[in-house]
Amino acid sequence: MKARDVKETRSTCAYCGVGCGVLLSPDGKGGLAVRGDPEHPANRGRLCSKGSALGETVGLEDRLLGPRVNGLDTGWDDALQLVADRFARTISHYGPDSVAFYVSGQLLTEDYYVANKLMKGFIGSANIDTNSRLCMASSVAGHKRAFGTDTVPGTYEDIDEADLVVLVGSNLAWCHPVLYQRLLAARETRGTRIVVIDPRRTASCDQADMHLALAPGSDVALFNRLLLAIHDGGALDRDYLRHAEGLEAAIAAARQDPAGVSGLSEDEIRAFCGLWTGTEKVVTIYSQGVNQSTSGADKVNAILNCHLASGRIGKPGCGPFSVTGQPNAMGGREVGGLANMLACHLDLENAEHRAAVGDFWRAPRLPDRAGLKAVDMFRAVADGRIKALWIIHTNPAVSMPEADAVRDAIAACPFTVVSDITARNDTARLADVLLPATAWAEKSGTVTNSDRTISRQRAVLPAPGTARPDWQILAEVGRRMGFAGAFDYADEAEIFREHAALSGIAGRFGRDFDISGLAGIGDHQYRDLAPQRWPVSGSRQGGRFFADGQFFHRDGKARLVAVTWAPPAAAPSPRFPLRLNTGRVRDQWHTMTRTAKSPRLSAHLAEPFLEIHPEDAARLGVAAADLVRAEAPTGAAILRARITDAVPPGQVFAPIHWTAETAPSGRIDALVAAACDPVSGQPESKAAVVSVRRWEAGWYGFAVSRGEMAPRCDYWALARTAAGYRAELAGAVAPADWEAEARRLFDLPEAEVASVIDSHRGSARIALRDQRGLAAALFVSPRPVAVMRDYLATLPGEPAGDVLSGRPAADVPNPGPILCSCFGVGVNSIVSAIESRALVSVESIGEALGAGTNCGSCKPEIAELLNTVRKARGDSAAV
Amino acid sequence: MKRKLVVIGAGMASGRLIEHLVAEAPGAFDITLFNAEPRGTYNRIMLSPVLAGDKTYAEIVTHDDAWYAAQGVTCRFGEHVVAIDRAAKTVHGQNGPVAYDKLVIATGSAPFIIPVQGKDLPGVVTYRDLDDTNAMIAAAAKGGKAVVIGGGLLGLEAAAGLAERGMEVTVLHLMGHLMERQLDEAAGALLRRDLESRGLKIMTRASTAAILGTDRVEGVLLEDNTGLEADLVVMAVGIRPETRLATDARLEVARGIEVNARMQSLTDPDVYAVGECVEFEGHLFGLVAPLYDQARVLAQSLIGEDASFVVRDTATKLKVTGCDLFSAGDFAASEGREDIVLRDPARGVYKRLVLEGDRLVGAVMYGDTADGNWFFQLIKDGTNIEAMRETLIFGPDMQGGDPEDPFPAVAVLAPEAAQSGCDGLSRSSSIVPNANNGATQASRRAAV
Repeated sequence: MKARDVKETRSTCAYCGVGCGVLLSPDGKGGLAVRGDPEHPANRGRLCSKGSALGETVGLEDRLLGPRVNGLDTGWDDALQLVADRFARTISHYGPDSVAFYVSGQLLTEDYYVANKLMKGFIGSANIDTNSRLCMASSVAGHKRAFGTDTVPGTYEDIDEADLVVLVGSNLAWCHPVLYQRLLAARETRGTRIVVIDPRRTASCDQADMHLALAPGSDVALFNRLLLAIHDGGALDRDYLRHAEGLEAAIAAARQDPAGVSGLSEDEIRAFCGLWTGTEKVVTIYSQGVNQSTSGADKVNAILNCHLASGRIGKPGCGPFSVTGQPNAMGGREVGGLANMLACHLDLENAEHRAAVGDFWRAPRLPDRAGLKAVDMFRAVADGRIKALWIIHTNPAVSMPEADAVRDAIAACPFTVVSDITARNDTARLADVLLPATAWAEKSGTVTNSDRTISRQRAVLPAPGTARPDWQILAEVGRRMGFAGAFDYADEAEIFREHAALSGIAGRFGRDFDISGLAGIGDHQYRDLAPQRWPVSGSRQGGRFFADGQFFHRDGKARLVAVTWAPPAAAPSPRFPLRLNTGRVRDQWHTMTRTAKSPRLSAHLAEPFLEIHPEDAARLGVAAADLVRAEAPTGAAILRARITDAVPPGQVFAPIHWTAETAPSGRIDALVAAACDPVSGQPESKAAVVSVRRWEAGWYGFAVSRGEMAPRCDYWALARTAAGYRAELAGAVAPADWEAEARRLFDLPEAEVASVIDSHRGSARIALRDQRGLAAALFVSPRPVAVMRDYLATLPGEPAGDVLSGRPAADVPNPGPILCSCFGVGVNSIVSAIESRALVSVESIGEALGAGTNCGSCKPEIAELLNTVRKARGDSAAV
Repeated sequence: MKRKLVVIGAGMASGRLIEHLVAEAPGAFDITLFNAEPRGTYNRIMLSPVLAGDKTYAEIVTHDDAWYAAQGVTCRFGEHVVAIDRAAKTVHGQNGPVAYDKLVIATGSAPFIIPVQGKDLPGVVTYRDLDDTNAMIAAAAKGGKAVVIGGGLLGLEAAAGLAERGMEVTVLHLMGHLMERQLDEAAGALLRRDLESRGLKIMTRASTAAILGTDRVEGVLLEDNTGLEADLVVMAVGIRPETRLATDARLEVARGIEVNARMQSLTDPDVYAVGECVEFEGHLFGLVAPLYDQARVLAQSLIGEDASFVVRDTATKLKVTGCDLFSAGDFAASEGREDIVLRDPARGVYKRLVLEGDRLVGAVMYGDTADGNWFFQLIKDGTNIEAMRETLIFGPDMQGGDPEDPFPAVAVLAPEAAQSGCDGLSRSSSIVPNANNGATQASRRAAV
């Protein structure tokens, strides 16, 4: 590796909560080479497809480079003064609860700390909530109910050491690929068994010994059955249970669940319970399928109950494990970024805690009750209670349930500030004041990952334009609001030390989060801070919690929480007969603000889709590649149908990522009702109800271009390519003149045109060229357009004489749709290698083509492909 | 016993006929072959390359005196036939009569001469045979200005050839665009652009009023009083079947000599006709492919085998270097016809396919005619093209093989869908590509 020649800087990946270490080498021209940090304990050098492509996302083409007020470029001084004045004025007229911050698990801990301090300590409201509310609030609530604090008991090493790993509501293979690879490596060496509990057959089922496709939302019933099996089967750890209260009530509650609600057979349930109770080292990993539910906290406690009752917690290879979706969801929890927490895992409702924090901050007025949680916050925006709103690094106009209503509420809010790295997202477009923040590779601070490891994120690129770190922006507004002394930070190290010092107070209250051992570190130590797991105090260094039976309730005991099954809030009805599940895809992240900039990542799935079971599709007259309209009480979407039995009959699945920027009809959270868990306030994002019907497109289109395009049809989905852009298009009514429409779409009024028009059929193919070769091409058909998209996507900028044919000449190999994003290996290349070189394993394909050998995220798909080819050949040998 | 066969005319159809006869029924006929031209058979289609200097006469000869002599054919070349006496079953040549059992009239066609003043002036030529070609070559050697009347296939080939030989050429065309019988307006415009870029002057909607000159041609006057200087005028406004002998022999003649499907005169079972002089079911024939068909059918008829001539669509290529043009079938717009049009002006490519229902009935191509024969075959075979309509215009290399993936992104996720057959998009063949694909493409290309 040439890395020796280049100065590499250690940092942390920008995406999920695994918190992988990365080594960054700027090329001096704005670009960035990225590789996994072999020394980081989370990933040991591995990266997933998204992490590997980080370098493709640091371009400045859509960056916000200076503040804007009402769409006009403005200086920082004016913009910040306006923000400070409007917030101050609103507070003085309507009280502190008339303003709110909605922040993000992508903020660094230092940014997050300042935001929380400003709102809770100095504005005097608890109206700061975070997109982590949508992500793991139920885990926080479940942890607090069971343990007394929001504590993740175990560490990633437990995954290496477990004999059984249960994935509940977690598509770990796609959403936390490095942990999944870690799990597979453990399986390789010790034969770890894997159980997947998910209504959907996901990529994580590839290696699973058991897949329990339970009914949506029925996790409580399943884990209550497990609790009963532990109890009835003699698997209770009586010794350990001396440290816990509530077993009998939990057992009694579990017995109340009606039979059959999980939809699983008795055999399946027995097999699962037998495996679980018969295995000493069990890790139960859970994620959004558990959390995003009106019974999310109960699900978490149903899982924790089982681990507590069997004593499978706090020991190597044992424990419940909440994996988070954001790089600093955990940091947000630590600083008190949620509306119902104070700071450092201290409680807002606790007067002693409040007094201690108030003294520490020298804060004038700490709120004594929880602020508005995300859903309620935007309802308060909608009904006018919130009059000034500051949204930082998150895209609620897309990601909140009832997203259309949230979008409209933000638009109508008297004063909305948005801090972001781009002006181009659904939320930023609604801002009165847009503040340019520094982005991932430009900012410095710390993040905490899912296993409590605090890692440094380091700046390796200069801030573009006049962009500033978030803590600076927040602190400056705090100073301008009159709180100068409290926000006079010189740098992020100073904030970190203050946060660490505050955690010492929490430690003295007996809380889990105590990093006071870092409160005195110097700037150099902060700069060079190695990854370390909290707590970091005089008495404790990292490690696992709860092996000693010491919990954080006042009595020092854990609680088994009595929980009973409850169905999702919305029930399917004749009007809305299908259950809508939502989730992530392999190569995109959140609302794609960054991942959509990467051609590699955009190649895997270039448009939003709806997975629908073949029986439902047949009944609805939906064919593959048709567009479908999914309608819910709160909104509607047009999506591409993907017919697959990975979803059960009666259920459909759609990805969460697409936005008004990338596919306006694919804003799936517009269909999700804002029903929330009463304990955690987390909305139920995976159990909406919808109707689905075929959407009658008058025409379908596919477009590639060198420059940007401006679709304005009923359906479109735009994606980056190495050569420019590609788009899927469709409309109800075809334009009369396709050449004119193409010139408008691509904004190429002068380009030379070549065309094929079949006007009776309604087919058209238009190529626009200029002196730099192919500028753009548009393919239109009354049916889903049949062209080789991945080939066409390479043509802009080339002479591309044969572009209109939509495919390469016979002698040009067609790699097919990209399956391995890391190495750009297509389906056809893999299939032909399987055939021509008689490859029989995923590993041999990797050796031959490289596919799957970097991040490994595509290996489940390669395995399926291999199986398909071999079945097609009548080869019955298992892969 | 040998039957006596007399053939009048030694054009391409006759050459092909005699080839069939000597091959399939050697010694069956005692053949006498008249030809008004003092030479044997040559490929008339290739006169344009001769005119343009790309080929020599020797290179386009197909059946010369020696060949006929070797086959035992009595050649009476350079001798005009004066009359046919059907009652006496005798053909009268300038040099004497010859009796026949069977007579084949293959007199071809004659250029149409527009009846304007000055049409007979020296320096006014038609474009039909080697003598015409040599006359033009001789005229061009002196340089100067040429006017070609007629912007059809022959006229344009003549014009291009003369230009190639250094003359300043103007083409006068009565209609709105060149080659209107083979090309639509768009293709005609591309052709005009290409020809103009080669130095030809093209005037459409140009009606000739008179050919001017006293001792020899000096110019052309148009109906709109435009006057054009000319050292040479080529009259290439069309051809008509040469039927004078047949008419005189009181054979049934409409526009051409009427024959049945065995190429037999409707009037006299011992008299046959073949080639451009023939009319069959209302059709006249000016292209080589049907002539060869007729020659084959006629040979079988004479031998006594069953054979029927059927009219097929024809394809046209313009033999002007750098003007790649192909037209086949019927491409007039009409009710129930649909078309697919490719326009790529930057590359000078134009293609138009005319469909009736799910059949291809016509094709016009300009600039890229590589797939012409494939389209022509689809027209002739009446192939149902519905399944390949989207890509039809891109030719055979863009059909079959790897199917275009209508939905790659999501399909990538769903190999199991292909297995269970619930994916209606023949995904399976994309997952398992046709190993023969390359070979199929290659052989198809080779076959075209």
